Amino acid sequence: MVENRPWLNIFSHIVLILGVLTVAFPVYLAFIASTHGPDDFMSGVMPVLPGPHLIDNYWQMLSQGVSTSGAPPLWRMMFNSLVMALMIAVGKIAISILSAFAMVYFRFPLRGVAFWLIFITLMLPVEVRIMPTFKVVADLHLLNSYAGLSIPLIASATATFLFRQFFLTVPDELTEASRVDGATPMMFFRDILLPLSRTNIAALFVILFIYGWNQYLWPLLITTDPQYYTVVMGIKRMADVADAIPQWNVVMATVILAMLPPVVVVVAMQRLFVKGLVETEK
Amino acid sequence: MQTKRTVFGSPVLPYLLVLPQLAITFVFFLWPAGQAVWQSFLREDPFGLKTSFVWFANYQKLFVDPQYLYSLQITAVFALSVAVLSIGSALVLAVAADRMIRLSQTYTTLLVWPYAVAPAVAGVMWWFMFNPTIGIMSYMLEMLGYDWNHSLNPTDAMILVVIAASWKQISYNFLFFLAGLQAIPASLNEAAAIDGAGPVKRFFTIVLPLLSPTTFFLAVVNMVYAMFDTFAVIHATTQGGPSGSTAILVYKVFQDGFIGLKLGSSAAQSVVLMVIVITLTVIQFRWVERHVEY
Repeated sequence: MVENRPWLNIFSHIVLILGVLTVAFPVYLAFIASTHGPDDFMSGVMPVLPGPHLIDNYWQMLSQGVSTSGAPPLWRMMFNSLVMALMIAVGKIAISILSAFAMVYFRFPLRGVAFWLIFITLMLPVEVRIMPTFKVVADLHLLNSYAGLSIPLIASATATFLFRQFFLTVPDELTEASRVDGATPMMFFRDILLPLSRTNIAALFVILFIYGWNQYLWPLLITTDPQYYTVVMGIKRMADVADAIPQWNVVMATVILAMLPPVVVVVAMQRLFVKGLVETEK
Repeated sequence: MQTKRTVFGSPVLPYLLVLPQLAITFVFFLWPAGQAVWQSFLREDPFGLKTSFVWFANYQKLFVDPQYLYSLQITAVFALSVAVLSIGSALVLAVAADRMIRLSQTYTTLLVWPYAVAPAVAGVMWWFMFNPTIGIMSYMLEMLGYDWNHSLNPTDAMILVVIAASWKQISYNFLFFLAGLQAIPASLNEAAAIDGAGPVKRFFTIVLPLLSPTTFFLAVVNMVYAMFDTFAVIHATTQGGPSGSTAILVYKVFQDGFIGLKLGSSAAQSVVLMVIVITLTVIQFRWVERHVEY
């Protein structure tokens, strides 16, 4: 700060506090709604102060779910989301780090072609080629399975690039020393590159976990069996009950539970998260 | 393309290492994308019994279809509004947070978490707040004399999805602006202050120009976000309605393909979208190259 301007400081605080409140307001209301009974949403305006049904609502959702929507209990959906998010995060990191290793530490024919083929995936989000991708997954009999939920989303050029950029900064002397000591390429990878990449892997893991957990369109299309519903797509099925007012209290309990895991991950690992975010975009 | 000075020699190993990624890329990316291109030149009869090759007829039909042209227009309005709203508010917050010496970190924590909230979840929360019967926002608007109803009024529906989509994106823009602000050398601001420039003047003559690379980058990223990642916001709230007034291009591909089963048209729309994404990605990469030199 250049000069001391108390009024400007106070003004900045006011702006930030207003910003924080605006950002938090929807979540606050969702939480309040999840503590009320179903009758509080019939008329008038929604409640803005906590109600007495906090434990009832969450317990009901976690153990039974909403019977009328045909959705499984929430613990099941959260478990599915967790499996999908972990498979996507671990899978992406595993295949990306291997291919980045090959691209940086080997010279082989068609390397340029492989590089461009991977690069193209950066440009094609799943939403724009949704019909044909769905057909491929259906032909492979992967509908309603964890493999179908995660594998099509695993290919990632961003992670490959991040690892490639990082490997290029690893000193050549390490490679030379390992070769002198007679290490095979895979030994070098396991004993030197992998430990050095630890922070990058962790940062990427945070970003990819959130990406995986928050998937919506893909699980919506390929799961018809409620046993494979994920929590983020399940909210919509609960809110859309035919010819009735949604049961706001339980829908909002689901909203809170659906956002809790990724938000906790971001807040707990803020430093890694910021690193991952800023570096994958470069 | 760069490699190491020292490389390993092995005839088979590198292929085994790239194989998993290439296999997945081929099966789930290149093959479907190719299918979409091929399908966009075909016309299938309603029973799926006969397909004929029709050259560019699907594209020609697309660009005279008033609904598609309307969707293009809606998408432009939506993407621009989301970009302006979320970049603008993030900039204000980042400039304020940059002034803080001790509390900057605390405010950052309090502002970044919405990044982790799924677009669908953000959509449902705002949909609840604006619910015409019980929502608090519609209640307040009614007290101000405005009868809010996003299931009947196209403008209300658009405002709702813009707000929900921007809310989630502020944290992302905030982080990039804060990093950009912290990279500006303090000496520049000090020199200007000694010359008698006040905070407002310094902001417009020094800070804003130096932030322009960040702003440009964020503008592209936010456009891509608004055009592709907001599918869930729309599907979870307005479902493209009322009467197509929030059916952005991505939503229309889904709607025409999965619900309307107009395969040729949906494929042609996919190809148009791919061209848009590729253009935006190339712009972004050119910026990165220039930025690195600078």
